[in-house]
Amino acid sequence: MFRRNRKRRRPRMNPRHELAVLLPIRPLKANASNADRKFDHLPVARLRAVHLLWLFLIFSASALAAGAQTGAVKPSIAKTILAWTPLLLKGFGFNILISFMSMAIGTVIGSVLGVLQISLLPPVRLASRFLTQFFRNSPWLVLLFYCMFMLPFEITIGELRIPFPDWIKAVIGLSLPVMANVAEIVRGAVNSIPSGQWEASESLAFTRRQQIWLIIMPQCYKRMLPPWMNLYAILTMATVLASIVGVEEVMTLAGQVLAAEGRPELLVPIYSFVLVWFFAYCYPIARWTIRLERKFALNI
Amino acid sequence: MDAFFDWFRWLYDETGINLTFIYDAFDRARLVNGFWTTIWLSAVCLVLSVIIGVVGAWLQGSRLKWTRRIVQGYIQFFRNTPPLVQLYFFYFALGSLMPKVQNDWGGYEPMLGNFAWAVISLSFFAGSFNVEIFRSGIEAVPTSTIEAAESLGYTRLKAYIHIVLPLAFRVCLPALNNNLVNLVKTTTLAFAIAVPEMLYVSSQIWSDNVNVREMMTFLLIAYVGLVGVLVWAMNRWERAIKIPGYGSQ
Repeated sequence: MFRRNRKRRRPRMNPRHELAVLLPIRPLKANASNADRKFDHLPVARLRAVHLLWLFLIFSASALAAGAQTGAVKPSIAKTILAWTPLLLKGFGFNILISFMSMAIGTVIGSVLGVLQISLLPPVRLASRFLTQFFRNSPWLVLLFYCMFMLPFEITIGELRIPFPDWIKAVIGLSLPVMANVAEIVRGAVNSIPSGQWEASESLAFTRRQQIWLIIMPQCYKRMLPPWMNLYAILTMATVLASIVGVEEVMTLAGQVLAAEGRPELLVPIYSFVLVWFFAYCYPIARWTIRLERKFALNI
Repeated sequence: MDAFFDWFRWLYDETGINLTFIYDAFDRARLVNGFWTTIWLSAVCLVLSVIIGVVGAWLQGSRLKWTRRIVQGYIQFFRNTPPLVQLYFFYFALGSLMPKVQNDWGGYEPMLGNFAWAVISLSFFAGSFNVEIFRSGIEAVPTSTIEAAESLGYTRLKAYIHIVLPLAFRVCLPALNNNLVNLVKTTTLAFAIAVPEMLYVSSQIWSDNVNVREMMTFLLIAYVGLVGVLVWAMNRWERAIKIPGYGSQ
């Protein structure tokens, strides 16, 4: 999922040995009717129409089924979950905060790394490519562990003490893979620009810097946006990893709620509750990404 | 071999770099086991997720609206929720509902252990991506090819197995490889439910020997190496079975 957007080039049709039986891969749905396609332009409407309803049904069914087993003394499952919802929501908000910060840090450093990857100096290019591949190929959880254990809990510069709480370390740990993936998105986008653009701007006497900033990059933003949003959704889903290393986010809180209640019949409802929250947040992003992809797609 | 181990013992005494997993036989055995568990977990999930992908893509081309909808719901649900929460959901929530079976010592234990749940959860997670990938490959096969197969008397299933899938597989192999590499990276999540894979074993070693720094560095290098080998092998395979004249380069 993290490497999906590596190369998005048009399939080259070489007339000499072109295999006529295959069509180019298109993101369009083959079996969608016209009405379905119309619905796709309204991601929210489609979401409400089918998927969220289903989720909600499954969730309430599981809550009801579990509720039927409970005795009369304890409050019902739905009531218990409702009582804990503010706490869980706070935890979920913390997840979103972590994802925003990691994404910001990762995007800034990753863009620089991505531009360095197309540098004309071989040492710079090779070093940045190695860095990108290294962080892309290592598992997110291992990088998170690495930052958790390797970063000091505070940095002292002269008199100034900068504390490093756990969640800041988690932000840094998550921003490392984001950085590498953003760098790859930037490189992929630059590579997908036809070489004619480089040559034309060169023949118009643009310097290298002007070429990148005035000609190439403005064409890249559109191509980078869908994979970047995709990466954001992936990052949001990865923020729960921080619970393994002890940051107080929604999964940690869910575990604490379960421990505090001590009722095994709550297990399914609470976990599906968290799942539904993430789905409700990530699914619209995914729909929007697909829409943008279609909008920006070149017509082959 | 002993001299080799002794050298690392000497290294620890001289520099404080404590690589217990090399010179200590117990830690070495643990780590090797962890390594094989990671490989085994990845391999099983890989096979199952590809099967899920193939079957799911076939079901998605079904004529029945509800079959398509259910497959679509499965894909969207598993793609848009965190794999870790899925794992917790499977292991803690569904695992607690499973009936208990008697083991050899007369005690009762859950029917499926943590390894089995990790396999189920990760396969479904990776499988949801594979369905989409196979679907994109199947769409690249033109209807005229399928019609030709139909006119030769193939049923829908037979045409899928003999005509569509082999072509689609070659088209979607790059995307499939990316997903499988991600699957290998995602197996680290099994740490959360105490499957003794490499990360879990390393955490045990560093809590016994307080050599967090060395273990973390080793882990990072080991995973990058493992994934690097996989990427290299997959790329070679990709090049070998690529359809000539199709796709970039």
